[in-house]
Amino acid sequence: MADALALALALVVLAATLGVAVARPPYLSEALAACGGAILLVIVGAVGLSAAGAAVRDLGPTVGFLAAMLLIAEGCRREGLFDAVGAVMARGAGASPRRLLAFAFVIAAAVTAVLSLDATIVLLTPVVFATAARMRTHAKPHVYACAHLANSASLLLPVSNLTNLLAFHAIKLSFTRFAALMVLPTIAAVGVEWVAFRHFFAVDLQRPRKAGTRPARPELPRFAVAVLALTLAGFALSSVVGIQPVWFAAAGAGAITVPALIRRAATPLELVRGTEPGFLTFVLGLGVIVQAASGNGLDTAVRAVLPTSGSLPDLLAIAALSAILANLVNNLPATLMLVPVTAAAGTGPVLATLIGVNVGPNLTYVGSLATLLWRRVLHTEDTDVELGEFLRLGALTVPAGLVAATVLLWLALQA
Amino acid sequence: MRALVWIIEDTWEATVTEAAVFLPRDADITLLHVASTEAETLATAARHGLLGRQPPAHAAAEPLRAISDQAAQQLLAEAHTRLGRPATLQARRGRVEHEVVAAAASMDILVLARDGDRARLGPRSLGPTARFVVDHAPCRILLIWPDVAPALTTIPPPRVPPPRPPTR
Repeated sequence: MADALALALALVVLAATLGVAVARPPYLSEALAACGGAILLVIVGAVGLSAAGAAVRDLGPTVGFLAAMLLIAEGCRREGLFDAVGAVMARGAGASPRRLLAFAFVIAAAVTAVLSLDATIVLLTPVVFATAARMRTHAKPHVYACAHLANSASLLLPVSNLTNLLAFHAIKLSFTRFAALMVLPTIAAVGVEWVAFRHFFAVDLQRPRKAGTRPARPELPRFAVAVLALTLAGFALSSVVGIQPVWFAAAGAGAITVPALIRRAATPLELVRGTEPGFLTFVLGLGVIVQAASGNGLDTAVRAVLPTSGSLPDLLAIAALSAILANLVNNLPATLMLVPVTAAAGTGPVLATLIGVNVGPNLTYVGSLATLLWRRVLHTEDTDVELGEFLRLGALTVPAGLVAATVLLWLALQA
Repeated sequence: MRALVWIIEDTWEATVTEAAVFLPRDADITLLHVASTEAETLATAARHGLLGRQPPAHAAAEPLRAISDQAAQQLLAEAHTRLGRPATLQARRGRVEHEVVAAAASMDILVLARDGDRARLGPRSLGPTARFVVDHAPCRILLIWPDVAPALTTIPPPRVPPPRPPTR
């Protein structure tokens, strides 16, 4: 098949798959769409069977890693970690919305870094919402904090974001080295958010509250905390002991899951669902589709556009372009397209790509322009959140966050 | 007389107290709370941004709506107790200012509290929400200060025009 035709077909299939993932029609799941698209591309010869197989094999460990982390997060929820975190927030915040925001920032950043952005969006946000409701203060700034930090605090560890896992797999970097290089950029991105939020929500946060009854001291679920701590320690020591981090994730998932199975707190079916097989399949299918596009000229195009040196201007350009692409097509496909190219260019460029695809999605708050437009078209529920408001907040935080994080990444790389 | 008393989280006590004092004994009182759906929408939208993820099975068990509804019911119940008179309780959801104006359409008077800067007299003592309600209310209004009204001295002195050279 001619390269140009194959590339065009692969891009059409990619667009259709993303369209299904955004629109979520009831009769077609995104996993089925991604697999169907991938199979179609193999059948017409846009990607060879061996290349498709290689793409799946290459993604396999990353997808397994992701599944293990999803099980750990789900286990933490089952053990009551998120309820305990809500009690910590309520107790710490007392009657001050400003302190509640500070607690929401610290906890959302920690949950995102350790348990990934999914855990912050799916598991932490309802807890923050309920805490604000009990405190009788506006939930909006605090829910915004969860939504924004799920992206901007997801720079820190390879496990914080699927985009990081994909890049981590593609480069030769130890878990601790990754964290050491990304700690300053994370602090910068979260710091920019803090300053912007305090300014943006000043009126909401000023409102004095009456101190209610002080909630009881929460009991942190020791078992879940211990499993998390040991898993993190395993990650940190992985390069020293020469065991891949994914095995520590698997061990952590087993440790938090098996006891629940034995005492029948969870059924095997629930656990399988907890790994989100549909999502994992979607990632694999998407990987093959992007491989078809890359192999037929997309990677050449990316290479032509993207600078590849580790100089500060180049890193800034990489972060900016990655952020733009992430907003155009969502950050997962953007990462699949960009990481193979920037990984070949070195540590600096690939980490700058991650800054772009992780911090960038806050610009359109739902992670991509397509999602945003679709939701506007549907008129489902955007009638009461002003489009202008979140675009303003995105404009306030994203460019500054990108620049601050990238400059600090550059500094960390010089050390 | 049909009276609508709109309460919000941080000033409901004062609003209810003043309503009890100033509304006539025979007034037919409705206590209104409007829950903003902004934060719920935001949380849902953020979840939609997670491309390809299905919401987990237990997510349906604790929807934000239930949390918000329960908080509203509890606030209304506490306000009713404080009022100490028969009253209808009304909980609405949506864009707060629009819902309050709509609820006021069938009323003779609306009681509400200033929701802005309470440190000085002036237009900023009304936040955007109460400003919209005051501007659009289709009935009489009783607008209260949640605590003691600030002193007259908080009004900035009128600007003295610069001295001009004497004209001939």
